[in-house]
Amino acid sequence: MTPPRDPAWQGRVFWSVACLLLLWPLIVATEFRPAVLFDPDSLRVTGRFLAGFLPPKVDPAFLAEVARETWRTVAIATAGMALAMVLAVPLTLMSARVLSLSALSGRMARGPFWLRQGVRTLLIVLRSIPELVWALVFVRVVGLGPTAGVLAIALTYGGMLGKVYSEILDSGETGPTQALLRNGGGRLQGFFYGLLPQNSAELTSYTVYRWECAIRSSVVLGFVGAGGLGQQIDSAMKMFNGGEVATLLMVFVALVALADRVSAWLRAWLG
Amino acid sequence: MKLELQGASVRHPAARPGGAPALHPLSLSVAAGEAVAIIGPSGAGKTTLLELLACALRPEAGQLMLDGVDPWSLPRSGLQRLRGQLFLAPQVPPLPPRQRVVTAVLAGRLPGWSLATSLRSLAYPTDTTAAREALARFDLADKLFERVDRLAGGERQRVGLARALLAPARLWLVDEPLSALDPRRAAQATAALVDEARVRGITLVATLHQVDMALAHFPRIVGLRDGAVAFDLPPAEVTPALLEQLYAERDNLPAPEQPWSPPGLPIAATCR
Repeated sequence: MTPPRDPAWQGRVFWSVACLLLLWPLIVATEFRPAVLFDPDSLRVTGRFLAGFLPPKVDPAFLAEVARETWRTVAIATAGMALAMVLAVPLTLMSARVLSLSALSGRMARGPFWLRQGVRTLLIVLRSIPELVWALVFVRVVGLGPTAGVLAIALTYGGMLGKVYSEILDSGETGPTQALLRNGGGRLQGFFYGLLPQNSAELTSYTVYRWECAIRSSVVLGFVGAGGLGQQIDSAMKMFNGGEVATLLMVFVALVALADRVSAWLRAWLG
Repeated sequence: MKLELQGASVRHPAARPGGAPALHPLSLSVAAGEAVAIIGPSGAGKTTLLELLACALRPEAGQLMLDGVDPWSLPRSGLQRLRGQLFLAPQVPPLPPRQRVVTAVLAGRLPGWSLATSLRSLAYPTDTTAAREALARFDLADKLFERVDRLAGGERQRVGLARALLAPARLWLVDEPLSALDPRRAAQATAALVDEARVRGITLVATLHQVDMALAHFPRIVGLRDGAVAFDLPPAEVTPALLEQLYAERDNLPAPEQPWSPPGLPIAATCR
């Protein structure tokens, strides 16, 4: 007797081949030519650029300035994230499908449905405009300095957090929350007694990861005058001061590693 | 709370159009303070019936009346207030794993609480005494400050039942409350539910797989098969022959009923 054939096999093969074929135009469009990387000329130029990074600059006056700017970068990222959460949490509560009372029994009513679509559109607009563009706008409004960076991060990251928060809430186990709503609980009660304990680890982990991204993105914002370590890197690059760039990059590695530890620790604590 | 189902039929929202409904037109009335056990084979529609009574599913045809009011004629806020007067305990206890038992039990109070009170109770539990007493009815008083994910399956199920004791409800709808309990705990939990419901004058409708528990503790037994009431009798009149018929394999039935369609309704023509 032949073993039963997996009926999904042909579809799996077809889609794998189709995806590989679809990748071809992408390779052409991005001028993907790995050989360039090993061309002796480009290797020499790259080597000279990287050699300039050594040794990292470690004189006390510079380190003190780096420490000050690091603190400012952390402050920009944290303040930006805090504002982003203030923006994202109400939008999440409005757009999460699991908190819909009318969707408890069948289809969502028309009013709440269009409200959700509206909130989603707002989130798309917020996050589709890069923080760099928001920063260029705010530099003109509030002048050069960290405030422009904070506001730029708040708007773009508010859009990202709102989208991902509501997707985390909708894709997690919804039974406990629905039981509360079905027994007459309110939407916010359902959130605090059902959704939040259910999804706290995922929400925390994503928030800390976004804080890490905010630190990185504050570099780019520093290039347009939003302050912090980014501005330092920008001026060090312009002065061809590789040693300073190397020190600043090491600070970034340390900050990202710190975020990684904090996230792991928080998730362990939340179980 | 008085229950009245008049020819109500239900189709699950996710069911295929044209498929057999989960419940055929079904009529059932339960007086205020009555305790009813619903028994029947898997897939008979027991859970669907409870969800229908809990206003979680809307009847496709027919009517549900709770204390003489059609809940689906109420505005959404009125329906939600009415849902606060009933308590549906699903078979899988709906407890977030990271929540503590005390919070999970006190969540039964939510329909009667303002948002401010609910948040204050998260900072410091408002009525730990009531929570402990409710847990004590199910022999779990020592688990008050444990986390839900540290409990065994049977303990979780009893925490879900203890929540009912704190709900400001006049109707308890309990789905398979004993599925994870050993025989001794099952008897204790059933007795606790039935006693508390009687003392408080709460209407109790429970689905059960343990026929002996149903017969021993409930004054009224409803047998459900293929989405229709097979019998509705006091336990003394539920004979072994009736039970055998209720749980019989489909093939052994005298009259096969494959292409069943509700009488009087045209067969829906579906294009697929």
